[in-house]
Amino acid sequence: MEFISQHPILVAAVVKIAVLLFIVMTALAYLTWLERKAIAHIQSRWGPYNVGAHGLLQPLADGIKFLFKEDVIPPAADKLAYLLAPFLALALGLSAIALIPFGPPSVRFPNGEQIFSVVDINIGLLLLFAITSMGVYGVALAGWSSNSKYPLLGGLRSSAQMISYEVSLTVSVVGVILLAGTLNFNEIIAGNGQPGQFGQTGHWFHFIPRWYIFPQIIGFLCYLTSAIAETNRVPFDLPEAETELVAGFHTEYSSFKFAMFFMAEYANMITVSCLATILFLGGWLSPFPDTGIWHYQIFLPSAGLLALAAYCAWNTVSEMRGIARLQLGVVTLLAGGGGLICLYGPIAEGVQGPFWFTTKILAILFFYIWMRATLPRFRYDQLMSFGWKFVLPVSLANLVITALVIILWPHLRHG
Amino acid sequence: MLFGLGVVAFVFKRHIITIFMSIELMLNAVNLAFVAFARARGALDGLVFVFFVIVVAAAESAVGLAIVIMLAQNRQSMNVERENLLKL
Amino acid sequence: MIAILLFMVCAALTVAGAVTLIWAKEPIHSALALVLVMVTLAVLYLLLGAPFIAAVQIIVYAGAIMVLFVFVIMLLNAGVEERTNFSKLAIPGVVLAFVLLLEIAHWMFHSAIGRALANGANAPTTEASTYDLSEMLFRQYLFPFEATSILILIAVLGAWVLARREP
Repeated sequence: MEFISQHPILVAAVVKIAVLLFIVMTALAYLTWLERKAIAHIQSRWGPYNVGAHGLLQPLADGIKFLFKEDVIPPAADKLAYLLAPFLALALGLSAIALIPFGPPSVRFPNGEQIFSVVDINIGLLLLFAITSMGVYGVALAGWSSNSKYPLLGGLRSSAQMISYEVSLTVSVVGVILLAGTLNFNEIIAGNGQPGQFGQTGHWFHFIPRWYIFPQIIGFLCYLTSAIAETNRVPFDLPEAETELVAGFHTEYSSFKFAMFFMAEYANMITVSCLATILFLGGWLSPFPDTGIWHYQIFLPSAGLLALAAYCAWNTVSEMRGIARLQLGVVTLLAGGGGLICLYGPIAEGVQGPFWFTTKILAILFFYIWMRATLPRFRYDQLMSFGWKFVLPVSLANLVITALVIILWPHLRHG
Repeated sequence: MLFGLGVVAFVFKRHIITIFMSIELMLNAVNLAFVAFARARGALDGLVFVFFVIVVAAAESAVGLAIVIMLAQNRQSMNVERENLLKL
Repeated sequence: MIAILLFMVCAALTVAGAVTLIWAKEPIHSALALVLVMVTLAVLYLLLGAPFIAAVQIIVYAGAIMVLFVFVIMLLNAGVEERTNFSKLAIPGVVLAFVLLLEIAHWMFHSAIGRALANGANAPTTEASTYDLSEMLFRQYLFPFEATSILILIAVLGAWVLARREP
């Protein structure tokens, strides 16, 4: 026990990292479930339904399948790069999530460490971009080391696409940085809801929150487009489309390494959504003002969980049979228990931050999945010319206009 | 020491791209020296210069690699000891 | 304590990366070694109190320039590096490099400035914030800043001219 008291920062950091890793890996797995269900429902079908109740054990089944598949290594592959690429991709994708604050920095452990972010760096945004720009290596090395035509082409195209849209990603964010005046995530979020300097409240017209998305709507759209291209999702996913290039850069990977690429792609998606919520949508701030009747918004998380519990209970009783009934009953109990716990005062306040953060991330992820279900693909040259000839000039123009506005009316800055 | 290793690589290697990479290694070694001395003297000028060195290295590697690509397309070999057209 | 340990580990990794750069037979392994060198150097910059430079190093150097190197190696399908015969001319070179190293070590340990630097590790322990650095960049060094932007433009034009096919 003295170890814990003598090295409080280290122990707190390790605990935070372990919890965060566990939550993120589970979230990755269930993101695949969410994607399959959402795409299915958009396409008027059900999606995974049989594996667990409502398909909830499907990610577990997929994981077991990946673990037990035969691990094939192409004989002429470059061993070092072949083995390194998926590890690199997954490591970078997961480590980017360490920089992100999930809740207000005022909530702390007894020894003063923030609960909701693993680290709080003054240049957090810049380091996040550094990590995403290293993500190109995973793709390029994977494509090359498999020593066959399709992965090489897919890998090169994919990495060229990633570096092209990385530039517009960075430029579209600089408008927000200019408005906020800082690269620190916690301060950017705080600037999002700040009351204006003339005594205005933290909301325009008293009900629209003062998030950066409203002054920077062009920046937000450029950012979203670049982010979808950066993570190789539809409509920009030609390099890994199944009908075009077999499977692109991860053709020659089997079982667990393929699973790692898969997880790396979803981890990148989560990272980029987190960044979008922090920069544009106000992070862990709630969209409702904190006055009068809105005090009861504290009970929103528990209300949500109890509603979920009620739905699951009804479904258990009416529709499910057999073991699915048991599983859904367990889910009901968990949701109900969580809802009841969140009614308790201090926990309700503590859980507000992550609740809003998670809601916003889920909204953006749903938008991603929605786009995947609805849009066709771009051709590769259309994709590249779109990036360089349209998105980049528009984001640069956004930057110039924002800079001009800030110079001419300096009271609009928050920092 | 990094600089020394870079020089050794530059002298001994024959593959043109490895030679380019040793140039980058030397530049990085110089950057490290700059940052260390800037911190020891408390002046920020060293860091500004490091910034410029990184930018210049980016520009010259872009142009250098373009030249290398053209060379490789013309000669089918990446061995610098065979580029002896300027020899007497 | 952790800082010293981290410094040792990073310094060792940097030198290991540089040696791998020299010893590797395939250029792609050398490129990966150089990426390792750059990342460890970025960590060293962080330890030396220059976080902005560390981030810029990763974004620009390890994230863009080395990607360019890796692309070129992949596209040109560069062959294996052959082992060369030991040329006699290189021996004086190596001796001179070693002498240079000894001289720098001597200077560091025996001259006044060197000793002051080695002991003056209690120089500013606050990190160089982005604000101060950018203020200096845009006020005193404005002309070099604009000059580098023109330099980059020239580099882009040069690369484009070199790489296009003759019509």
